Amino acid sequence: MALHFELVTPAKLVRSEDVHMVVVPGTEGEFGVLEGHAPFMSTIRDGEVQVYKTEGGAPETIEVRGGFAEVGENGLTVLAEHVEG
Amino acid sequence: MASLKELKGRINSVKSTQKITKAKQMVAAAKLRRAQAAAEAARPYAERLSGVMASLAGKVSGDSAPKLLAGTGSDKRHLLVVVNTDKGLCGGLNANIVKAAKAKARELIADGKDVTFYLVGKKGRAPIKRDYADKIEKHFDTSNVRNPGFEEAEAIADDLIERFEKGEFDVAHLVYPIFKSALAQDPTADQLIPVPSPESEGTGGDAVVEYEPGEEEILEELLPRYVKTQLFGALLEREASEQGASMTAMDNATRNAGDLINKLTIQYNRSRQAAITTELIEIIAGAEAL
Repeated sequence: MALHFELVTPAKLVRSEDVHMVVVPGTEGEFGVLEGHAPFMSTIRDGEVQVYKTEGGAPETIEVRGGFAEVGENGLTVLAEHVEG
Repeated sequence: MASLKELKGRINSVKSTQKITKAKQMVAAAKLRRAQAAAEAARPYAERLSGVMASLAGKVSGDSAPKLLAGTGSDKRHLLVVVNTDKGLCGGLNANIVKAAKAKARELIADGKDVTFYLVGKKGRAPIKRDYADKIEKHFDTSNVRNPGFEEAEAIADDLIERFEKGEFDVAHLVYPIFKSALAQDPTADQLIPVPSPESEGTGGDAVVEYEPGEEEILEELLPRYVKTQLFGALLEREASEQGASMTAMDNATRNAGDLINKLTIQYNRSRQAAITTELIEIIAGAEAL
């Protein structure tokens, strides 16, 4: 099973895909989200979101600035104000 | 009756006007497509954000609610944020926005409130200045960038929130056109600050959501973001409305120019024929006299 990950900015929907794990830079520390994570909401600090497409694979990093992350029943949604690259 | 030369001159001038309106129409059509795509792309973010807002606002209420949500406690001083376009050639769009803004202002003044204006875009300045010259707080210029985007929305929102924190106004309304179609753009007035609490439709079900840092801190961060998103949405709607209205107006203008050219051409041909006939009569009369 995979985690549904969405990265949204005001300008567009950057990502919407199924991945293995995502590491999000939360304000109070980084946290990794796997499939089946409990409902959770956190603001994020400027930093890198690491997307692990497969288990043990190399992560893809996306620079984000300002926003917050929400984990719900239908996966992880990161709302970021700016996304680099 | 105008002389032949004059008529010819007029036909040529109308023809060149038609060329301009036609070009502007095509440019607007191309830009409209892009503006619509941008407005559509911005929708997911706004939807998610209001979803989260709804679920949070329900939990944090009462005295602990931040000022942006609860308001200052009075509603005496109102600020109207009016979003107009920067360029003309878009039919009655700006006139309609200004009309809506003035109607709102009159309504508020009739209720005994103080009204000030915060203008975004160039085209609203002159008509609002005419009626409320001393009420205009600030012009925000968006004409120096090609496509006003999130940076501009951010700048406006930051400015507004700063003014709100300083206590310069109690309630802010946003007046902007909503793009329905190329033919219809509805100017609307929404409350911007304090943020109207969205109706929560029981998002997330009964699941216990954990918050980090805390609900209030998140809400406090979220509210300015929400204001920004609202403004960003308004800017995008404005862009789409401008291009849509411009396209329709220019289509009309091109058609009118075409009609005018036809009419003038007929008139031109008639006068030409009349001139030829007169000449012929003169020649025949002259020959007969001999």
